[in-house]
Amino acid sequence: MDLPLSENRRMRVEEFDSGKMLAHAARQAKDRGYDKFPIVDVDAHHYELESFNEILEYMPDPVLRQLAQAANVGNSKGVGVLPGGVGYQDMGGRVTRYPLRRIEKTDPGVHRDVSLARRWMDAMGVDVAILFPSPMLQLGLHPQVEMEVALAWAYNRWLCERVLAEEPRIRSMIYLPFNDPDTCYRMVKEFAGKKGVVGFMVTSARHKPVHHNSYMRLYAMIEEIGMPLGFHAGYNWNEQSMTMMNKFIAVHAIGFVFHNMVHLTNWVLNGLPERFPKLKVIWIESGLAWLPFMIQRLDNEYMMRSSECPALKKLPGEYITDMYYTSQPMEKPRDLSLLESTFKCIKAETQLLYSSDYPHWDFDLPSTIYDLPFLTEKAKRDILGGNAVRLFNLDLGTKKLAKVA
Amino acid sequence: MPEVFVAKISEFPEGERRIVRHGAHDIGVFHWQGEFYAYANMCLHQGGPACEGLIMHKVEDILGPDRTWLGQKFSEREVHFVCPWHGYEYDLRTGECAADRRLRLRKYNVIRRGDDIYVAI
Repeated sequence: MDLPLSENRRMRVEEFDSGKMLAHAARQAKDRGYDKFPIVDVDAHHYELESFNEILEYMPDPVLRQLAQAANVGNSKGVGVLPGGVGYQDMGGRVTRYPLRRIEKTDPGVHRDVSLARRWMDAMGVDVAILFPSPMLQLGLHPQVEMEVALAWAYNRWLCERVLAEEPRIRSMIYLPFNDPDTCYRMVKEFAGKKGVVGFMVTSARHKPVHHNSYMRLYAMIEEIGMPLGFHAGYNWNEQSMTMMNKFIAVHAIGFVFHNMVHLTNWVLNGLPERFPKLKVIWIESGLAWLPFMIQRLDNEYMMRSSECPALKKLPGEYITDMYYTSQPMEKPRDLSLLESTFKCIKAETQLLYSSDYPHWDFDLPSTIYDLPFLTEKAKRDILGGNAVRLFNLDLGTKKLAKVA
Repeated sequence: MPEVFVAKISEFPEGERRIVRHGAHDIGVFHWQGEFYAYANMCLHQGGPACEGLIMHKVEDILGPDRTWLGQKFSEREVHFVCPWHGYEYDLRTGECAADRRLRLRKYNVIRRGDDIYVAI
């Protein structure tokens, strides 16, 4: 494959192997002794469009299925079916795994997603990864609710049968088509208990308020099942305020926090933690720096305007620190004491869950947690795996699952 | 100081790089506009193989005399290599991190001996 460079130059690449590209990660795993404790990655990804034809076979509506199949013929790759599209995650090809994954060969007889996941998980020392889709993170913006629903059914059934059933180290939180609350309810009923399903996930880039009464039956059911509900962040360059931004860095930096800020604010101020006290909620892929801001901002205004939030029995920030957060993309400030304060503020030792977001451009290795000088060894191990083992009730056995060479 | 053989100049074209490993040393050697440069192949960010990524000219803004923004171009002089893990960019001639020049990769001395290129470690 020829990669286009500046000044009309080209770089010829004959082969790509993510295990080799992550050789330095494997060395970190060995040097830091990751073979001595479990590592759970609570937010990793695959590229579901690589298996789009397989997924569409699971689509229940024959007319929508044919529409989607037609849009996936040739080089179209789902263009026209999925919203979004504008974005430069690969930085003009600088993050080479984006273009080069097309030429990566996988192990024969193993599903491509399983083969690739095993490769990077072993390199990083990750025992279990919770896998999420990539382009479908923007599916909540689809103008046709019925298409979000149809794709969600297809993706979830495909994921369970073709990926989760094949590799116990891969788990997932089932995609909920949040624009249709009744379908979400039916989906929880269908998928709870399936092999590899450890929770349910709402993509945050959408325009439905989480406190709407139509969701109460859904939350009650998930609470009763005892599995976590996650809100996975995403950007939307078409969001009205974001259309003022001309750089992807701006849309990504703000966008990946913005939607979760809106949903978390609604979640807390409408008293959902009081209404569903046993529902375990995870906020995924917004980093950590937004949390001290949210806690300070909401607590300060709540002290003056508590009459607007009669459901609350304690400060908003106290509900926020009862919930769970994934670590990536973890901001590493020049003044590390800011990060230390953030960890303390959000009760990271019990509430923080390591996540890599691999293979996306801003992935974090386990060393981003393991190398923090202000954490004890126990805190490092809890954040990297122990907290997730408890939250998801994972039975990992006693043997390290990742091959740390 | 031990020297590690990199390549013969005749087999190391302009614009290319070689990765050499010796013990704990993992070194990227670049051949750019008649000169050779060698740096630790270990990104200062998360330890990625910084020297194994794309070689890209620095992107520059074009501003008009009235300070309006007119577009962008690739620099005619400054060139970077880019860590393939996350995109950290390094000045190929200095090893400085383009986003924060207080940070720089360890530099190795390059030795030419006849047609042979070595790095001193």
